[in-house]
Amino acid sequence: MDVLKIATAGSVDDGKSTLIGRLLFETNSITTDKLEAIMASSKKKGLDYVDLSLLTDGLIAEREQGITIDVAHIYFSTPTRKFIIADTPGHFEYTRNMVTGASNANVSMILVDARNGVVEQTFRHFYISCLLRIPNVVVCVNKMDLVDYDQTKFEEIKAAFMAFAEKVRFPGQEISFIPVSSLYGENLVRQSAHMPWYEGVSLLSLLEAMPLEQHLSEEASRFPVQYVVRPKSEEFHDYRAYAGKVASGLLRKGERVVVLPSGQETTIAKIEKFGREIEAAQAKESISLLLEDDVDISRGDMIVPISQLPQQSRQLAATICWMDKKPLRVGGTYLLQHGVNTSRAKVSALSNLIDVATLGADSAVSELKLNEIADVQLKTAKEVFYDSFTENRANGAFILIDEGTNSTVGVGLIR
Amino acid sequence: MAIHNAVFPRELEDEAIYIIREVAAQFEKPVLLFSGGKDSITLVRLAYKAFYPGKIPFPLLHVDTGHNFEETIQFRDELVAELGLELIVRYVQDSIDQQKVTEETGKYASRNVLQTVTLLDAIEEFGFDACIGGARRDEEKARAKERIFSVRNDFGEWDAKKQRPELFDMLNGKINMGENVRVFPISNWTELDVWNYIREEQLAIPSIYYSHERETFERDGQILPYSPFMNMSEEESVSTRLVRFRTVGDMTCTAAVESTAVAIEDIIAEILSATVSERGARIDDKRSEAAMEKRKQAGYF
Repeated sequence: MDVLKIATAGSVDDGKSTLIGRLLFETNSITTDKLEAIMASSKKKGLDYVDLSLLTDGLIAEREQGITIDVAHIYFSTPTRKFIIADTPGHFEYTRNMVTGASNANVSMILVDARNGVVEQTFRHFYISCLLRIPNVVVCVNKMDLVDYDQTKFEEIKAAFMAFAEKVRFPGQEISFIPVSSLYGENLVRQSAHMPWYEGVSLLSLLEAMPLEQHLSEEASRFPVQYVVRPKSEEFHDYRAYAGKVASGLLRKGERVVVLPSGQETTIAKIEKFGREIEAAQAKESISLLLEDDVDISRGDMIVPISQLPQQSRQLAATICWMDKKPLRVGGTYLLQHGVNTSRAKVSALSNLIDVATLGADSAVSELKLNEIADVQLKTAKEVFYDSFTENRANGAFILIDEGTNSTVGVGLIR
Repeated sequence: MAIHNAVFPRELEDEAIYIIREVAAQFEKPVLLFSGGKDSITLVRLAYKAFYPGKIPFPLLHVDTGHNFEETIQFRDELVAELGLELIVRYVQDSIDQQKVTEETGKYASRNVLQTVTLLDAIEEFGFDACIGGARRDEEKARAKERIFSVRNDFGEWDAKKQRPELFDMLNGKINMGENVRVFPISNWTELDVWNYIREEQLAIPSIYYSHERETFERDGQILPYSPFMNMSEEESVSTRLVRFRTVGDMTCTAAVESTAVAIEDIIAEILSATVSERGARIDDKRSEAAMEKRKQAGYF
């Protein structure tokens, strides 16, 4: 059984929570005690309907203000798939939480209120989906019941969205549009009788059929060493394995590999998965590698096939989304975490502050404030073994950590 | 829901093992919080696999409320002996005796809230910097909001509004002295995923998860296990029922369900057709709408 990760964004107003609530309800994923709890809370708030957003807005502050502040994770499954929805905030102030929720998504689900059409938030969400190279985007034009299921309205919104999307989307990114009514469940799980003009499938059918990232195994193979397993027991006296998760590509037993940064070459003697030997391991699998030769390897090193070397440099050019109240400034020093490897990094230049709504870029930038996106140049203390984010998502991103507060303050996508 | 969901998505195991290995690599004194319930049994299995053929490089910590199901304690000791693990036990009773906490009174008295103090004391005593827990996001709405690496301040408190961004699979375990991180490797698992995993891995679980005869009484529409720790009112009366437990917590706050499930397949079939959620049987969550968030703020796991 596979897992599809979906990121949604928006506020309560565009009916996102109702849509998620509906999906859960129609796939029998809400239990009666949870439903009863929401009904009781809705009544307490003086509402005359069941507010399904109470299901996802799990924090006191969120329920108080009727907004989503942080990512909530929601789970449901159908016969073919397990689905994980990262329900992320749509407000500008919480863009960093939106990026957090969207960073692991296979699908970005964007809601548009049919009455209001595309708004700035729609653009921001789509822009971030492109920045993070989410391969599938589904635009749900919601509240179709309030515009009399009007096809013209739907087509107008589609055209307005595409006018923006064409400027930002990347090759291979799929964008689909579905007219829905969350309140009445139209086109969510079953085809709507009110919109015979819509020839596509329901939202759930689309999500069930959505292709997963098969290309991950076709990418260059990257194995960051996470942990060295040395039992030193009687039985496994000389056992030494390098544990980690295959970041991308495919590793095979018998393959010639090089260890970075030492540059030593060796051969994969064995691939083990929790004691069981396997012939090959693909992206996202947690495994242990045993090598033919005794080489000096520690956490943070990278093992790659000799024919597929990554870039190697102490200078990085990246697009950064800033996530901290204290702005990023040229000259600032941070701890850079690239996968499981860390290095100090200093900001040497800052340029091209992006205005997400207009796509204009301001070239003269002195600092990068919370939720802003711009290009940076970094100099690292150690060499970093990377690929560009567009070629390899797993080996092309890093986070920046403020060494004073230890907080994660930014995310970088290497160009 | 239909039976065909009875397959475990293996990528959840890969993800959990990656997280557990990160803990061992990034922290100096990690510990695994073990309650004897199915989620912590799953964690032990994952940790065992993560470092195989090496030993699990951290101890288990059990915060004992003194109101446990006997079967759970027996199971715990057998598991620890079988895998050669190090087990630390700290007692809520000691916190009460040291007058750090006051025993609750009345019909709903429970030690569930009190165990937070015992846990925080144990963290301080041993200097644990990371506590691995079996909480899952599907359990409860405040838990649905939590990160995989959840930073707690030196009072053990969770600040939901100031959570660190967590991007891709990069886990930032940097903390200041005195702070600690709660780590949730099975965040993305559902109750069903856990059961399917237990079935596929053929893991042993305490007998109280299966149907058995037990002295029980009814309260607020739920079936509670009878024990000397329960403050019963005069109207409440004990009778023997055929029941099982869906979660294993403190006896005073865990309700039973009537069940004839004798095998793991029966349990899975029961969950698939259940109309009440797992934590619907936890009286500790019913105290208020924000009961879990408030306990988390105070340092609960």
